[in-house]
Amino acid sequence: MAFTTTKSAFWEGFRAGAPFLLVVTPFGIVFGVAALDAGLNLAHAMGFSVVVIAGAAQLTALSTMVDQSPFVIVIGAALLVNLRMLMYSASLAPHLRHMPTWQKAVTAFFLTDQVFALSLQRFETLGDESVWRRFMFIVGITTIMAPFWYLGTLIGAVVGQSIPPEFGLDFAVPVCFLSLIGPALRTGPHAVAALAAAIIALLLRDLPWNLGLAVASLAGMIVGAELQRQAERRAAAGTGGVA
Amino acid sequence: MIDFFGSGAYDGPRVWAVIVALGIGTFLVRFSFLGIVGDRQLPAWVLRHLRYTAVAVIPALVAPLVFFPAQTGGQTDPIRLVAAAATLLTGWWTKNMLLSIICGMGTLYLLRAVFG
Repeated sequence: MAFTTTKSAFWEGFRAGAPFLLVVTPFGIVFGVAALDAGLNLAHAMGFSVVVIAGAAQLTALSTMVDQSPFVIVIGAALLVNLRMLMYSASLAPHLRHMPTWQKAVTAFFLTDQVFALSLQRFETLGDESVWRRFMFIVGITTIMAPFWYLGTLIGAVVGQSIPPEFGLDFAVPVCFLSLIGPALRTGPHAVAALAAAIIALLLRDLPWNLGLAVASLAGMIVGAELQRQAERRAAAGTGGVA
Repeated sequence: MIDFFGSGAYDGPRVWAVIVALGIGTFLVRFSFLGIVGDRQLPAWVLRHLRYTAVAVIPALVAPLVFFPAQTGGQTDPIRLVAAAATLLTGWWTKNMLLSIICGMGTLYLLRAVFG
């Protein structure tokens, strides 16, 4: 009995992850193409995708490496892009408290945007469930998605160089980033934060070492958080509550 | 030995150093609350700021790429601006990443075919 339920949690994860192949594979291809454009070789491209598994951060590392920024700036800029995963880790922690450490480590290694979104949604709606089933759900998502991330990177790195420039593949990198922004603009504060960050980044683009990116990102976060705080205060005042 | 602070081209060992360091750093961020800090509640103001990381960092990253593309030597290209707007609006409207990518690249090809 335990065996069949374990199996079903795995397949539920597998099925839940499957639609994202349509996003993960092209994103992998874009990274593979961009990596070779940046002067890396096939092994480097695959190394990034297997060791890091974070497309946006990998693309950031590439662009700062092309600028020949110092090592600490390359790592700093890419980790800044991954800061959102701190929130993913914090949000999932209460649901995975009783997991053995090795399972937490495996979960963390594969904690992508999609794994986070699908897992949190399941844990919050399904309620009580053994941590083993939760782990199998995550393993299921990863089993279907990770190979296609690697495959996409491989395809991009191998065939990318033979795709003529008329196809505008250089523009595929910004387009991939932009496609992440639109769905994330859920509220007014999100939209204003994005706009503020973009404008400040444009104004500060000549600062050395991508410092403009760091300043603009932090400014955008502060703008969003402050607008949310004011909205919460207004809502509390409006309903007669005490904030 | 890797030069951590100097500028310079990235070749073989220096690229692998980036891969390993970024791999470890990314893992530690993902593992932080799951395995190290535990499920302690973060202060509300920290959570509020973290909520906006994705919508702040990615626009800051992409805006200069859209307005001053390296491929044109930093010259603003109206076709790219329109294609970028199409990507953003489609993603916002449909919440669908793939559709947003298709509309963005489709707009680029279409405008290039008409005006290019």
